Amino acid sequence: MEFILQPLTLMTFFPLLGVLVLLFIPGDKKNALRWTALIASLITFLISIWVLTMFNASNPDLQLVAKYNWITVAGWNIQYYLGIDGLSILLVLLTTFLSPISILSTWTAVEERVKEFLLFFLLLEVGMTGVFLAQDLFLFYIFWEFTLVPMYFLIGIWGGPRRIYAALKFFLYTMAGSILMLLAILWLGIYQGTFSVPDLIAKGGIDPHTQLWLFIAFAAAFAIKVPMWPLHSWLPDAHVEAPTAGSVILAGVLLKMGTYGFLRFNLTLFPQAAVQAAPVIAVLAVIGIIYGAAVSYAQADIKKLVAYSSVSHLGFVMLGLFALNPQGIQGGILQMINHGLSTGALFLLVGMIYEQTHTREFKVYGGLWKVTPIFGTIFLIVSLSSMGLPGLNGFVGEFTILLGAFGSTVLNSPWYAGFAALGVIMAAVYILYMFQKMFMGPEGSIVEEVRKHGHALRDLNWREIVTIVPLLIFIFWIGLYPAPFFHLMAPSVDKLTAAFQAAALAMR
Amino acid sequence: MPPLNFSIILPLLVLTVWACLLLLVDLFVKNKGITALLAALGLAISLGITLSQVGATGTSFNNMVVLDGFSTFVNALLLVSGLFGIALAYGYVKRMGIERGEYYTLLLFSVVGMMLMAQAADLIIVFLALEMLSIPLYVLAAFARPNVNSEEAGLKYFLLGAFSTGFVVYGIALVFGATRTTSLAGIVSAANAASSGTSSLLLLTIGSALILVGLGFKVAAVPFHMWTPDVYQGAPSAVTAFMAAGAKIAGFAALLRVFSLAFPSLASDITPIIAVISALTMIVGNIIAIAQTNIKRLLAYSSIAHAGYILMAFVPYGQKGVVATSVAAGLFYLVSYALTNFGAWAVVIALEKAEGNPSTGSGQRGLEIADYAGIGRKHPALAAAMTVFMFSLTGIPPTLGFVGKFYLFRAAIAGQFYLLAVIGVLTSLISAYYYLRVVVTMYMREGEPETTSEPWLNLTWGLAAVLTVIVSLVPAPLFDWASQAVLKLF
Repeated sequence: MEFILQPLTLMTFFPLLGVLVLLFIPGDKKNALRWTALIASLITFLISIWVLTMFNASNPDLQLVAKYNWITVAGWNIQYYLGIDGLSILLVLLTTFLSPISILSTWTAVEERVKEFLLFFLLLEVGMTGVFLAQDLFLFYIFWEFTLVPMYFLIGIWGGPRRIYAALKFFLYTMAGSILMLLAILWLGIYQGTFSVPDLIAKGGIDPHTQLWLFIAFAAAFAIKVPMWPLHSWLPDAHVEAPTAGSVILAGVLLKMGTYGFLRFNLTLFPQAAVQAAPVIAVLAVIGIIYGAAVSYAQADIKKLVAYSSVSHLGFVMLGLFALNPQGIQGGILQMINHGLSTGALFLLVGMIYEQTHTREFKVYGGLWKVTPIFGTIFLIVSLSSMGLPGLNGFVGEFTILLGAFGSTVLNSPWYAGFAALGVIMAAVYILYMFQKMFMGPEGSIVEEVRKHGHALRDLNWREIVTIVPLLIFIFWIGLYPAPFFHLMAPSVDKLTAAFQAAALAMR
Repeated sequence: MPPLNFSIILPLLVLTVWACLLLLVDLFVKNKGITALLAALGLAISLGITLSQVGATGTSFNNMVVLDGFSTFVNALLLVSGLFGIALAYGYVKRMGIERGEYYTLLLFSVVGMMLMAQAADLIIVFLALEMLSIPLYVLAAFARPNVNSEEAGLKYFLLGAFSTGFVVYGIALVFGATRTTSLAGIVSAANAASSGTSSLLLLTIGSALILVGLGFKVAAVPFHMWTPDVYQGAPSAVTAFMAAGAKIAGFAALLRVFSLAFPSLASDITPIIAVISALTMIVGNIIAIAQTNIKRLLAYSSIAHAGYILMAFVPYGQKGVVATSVAAGLFYLVSYALTNFGAWAVVIALEKAEGNPSTGSGQRGLEIADYAGIGRKHPALAAAMTVFMFSLTGIPPTLGFVGKFYLFRAAIAGQFYLLAVIGVLTSLISAYYYLRVVVTMYMREGEPETTSEPWLNLTWGLAAVLTVIVSLVPAPLFDWASQAVLKLF
């Protein structure tokens, strides 16, 4: 009992209770199923708020720790070890926040095999929350790999026409990276004698050459997940084929698992290798920013455009993290949240219109603002947030990242920030291009097409507004007053970067 | 000569007598189901005795047979496999019209051979056990006669099996020639005494390599795997399931014991050979599996691939500090493989039909992967169980297969065979492709699958699926037992 009442344990595994209840509800009672899943994820969100109230922002260390010996026989030293700190708290909140929203978005979009869909969704939530909380590498790996399974089914069963291909590609790509990480985890477990991340950090002392190999093995897993250029090719397929809720969670949370992995493991466990690799990763990040933006502009499919814009935005996050200074990392973390909110919202909006029109081709849209004004306004706000308009959330993150990259002593060159800033401009180009094609000009052919089927395109209904408004609140909040968010992460980030400086100095 | 201590082989003895009596009793039993239950009872009694012997050690028969933690662990696993084998066969043989009482007796005799293998402390006993376990399997493989495929499977298995046994015998002869003894303990001291460069050491090396070939055949390691797909496909599925688990467990038990006990001084010569065989087995098994459309052949290649993984466990058998954990890893993996394997074959049996159904057009007997289309919708529990098995074979958490691979790769990394470990994970990735194809077919394609529901069969896949997940979350006791089992070995 004591075990399950730990706040973090409770938060991680609460959706399982929902799974259990779902199993006993017959599959044709669709609304009962939906309400059950929604309530389970809402309670999980409330638990995460409870966790937030107990979280002491001025403490840089792991808090609310749940730690038990798990497998401690035969030379193993594996613990059940959950903890939360400034690096993870926002991401955990993002996860528990986006989950009910995504479930709400499936209310009418998913009519087939509702029960299984919600089962997989709640299982996915368990996996994602666990990834952000696990402080033991073995436990982390289990959560990390486990998230593949429900997502694979979500894409493969409820996805678009090429869903099987996309699901398989998603699975194999991600697994390819993570198995290399598995070997590195094993190496650490054997030669450092523990899988616990704090203990490994405290122990340190891996020689730089080995560090680099281990760094690469971990980076392989995370870079594919982020995805960093040139390992991104699974992302557009997965996004385009995934159902709306899947896309929201994929963009909103799953990709953050990659950037979070860099932050939590690569930077802390292998500080010297991180300093060495920073320029390379920053170059790849900048290429990703520009490449993603350029390719976005060339897309004819809305979801593909948003997918490639993710590559660009996550390039910013990576650049911030590998500036290896407080601004860069804080900006990176905040930008993870921003991207989750903005891109999540974009996918939701695209899903809402797709539900009525069943097409995502730009060319058939046009003049939507007049037909669906509320939808148009919200779409505009979210688009502007995604392109980084001052006053909205995207700007704060990108600006802080650019500051960090500019002042980074590790990167030591203004060019990174310079080229990355190009990405901001290009974002404006492709986002405004999309908005213009869809909402301005003469009415597109689709409007007439839908009308022919007897009912005009309708604007957002109350459920859809309830789904999207919470996201808008945070888009404005972070844009106008980001201090509370920085406040939550600052001490942990400072502690992290201090460890860096020491490591970088030791290397010289 | 000391008096014979029969308690050392008590489980074995009980099972042998039980099987002999069962052969007679079966003559008077009309309902062959009763024979099956009696056979299971025999296994259960033997299992009870085995479990009561946990921790006991001793030797008997002039040090030719040994009882220790290792043999107890392996015997328990073999007996449980036997029980699973009967549970799978119970309804299956009826349905396929091949129900004969001898089935169960043969299975018991085969288990006896396997258990003797685990207890062998002398190469002669290894040979005896090898024959004892193989001959009933040859017969069982051909049990569906006059079905041509089954007959072919039996004949093929017999011919190649006899051939490979020849290698073992010749290897034993060479070892004897080099060391003047067949006892494992005697070989060690003789090998240590022989200074390097003498001809006897060369003979010993060749002899041990030949034994490796023979046993490699039994466990289906590349390049001695050619028989596997045909035999696995042709033999009745219940037999294949038992063969895939039991013969592999026994073969590996012999390999682990013979090599780590008798030939550690040859490690510098043998280790590279085993490493190459292990790598080849993983690569070939997994790559060829991709092209399979028949579920039985797919599982056959999967079983080859898994032989490669288990072989990884004793690549570092010559390293003093590592060998104990790696042999324990091998044992653990055998448990995880056996459990998953029985589960997967139970699902195969649930879908297999005696007669083809021409109206559906796809496949004839429910053995093509395409026949699995639509199970996810029509039989969610069965599909979920199969998904667990496929993920476990791939090594995706939270399943036992993942924990087993974690343990195995640790052995390889601790032995500093990094390249082998990398090959291991990369081939796991390849395997994900074909295992997932089964999952894809079950959940993402539409179809009208026909399945059979039988209590023992359902129990098998249900239990296997639940255990595969649960034990992966609390693996500590099993880890502990596996490492205790090898503690006294080294």
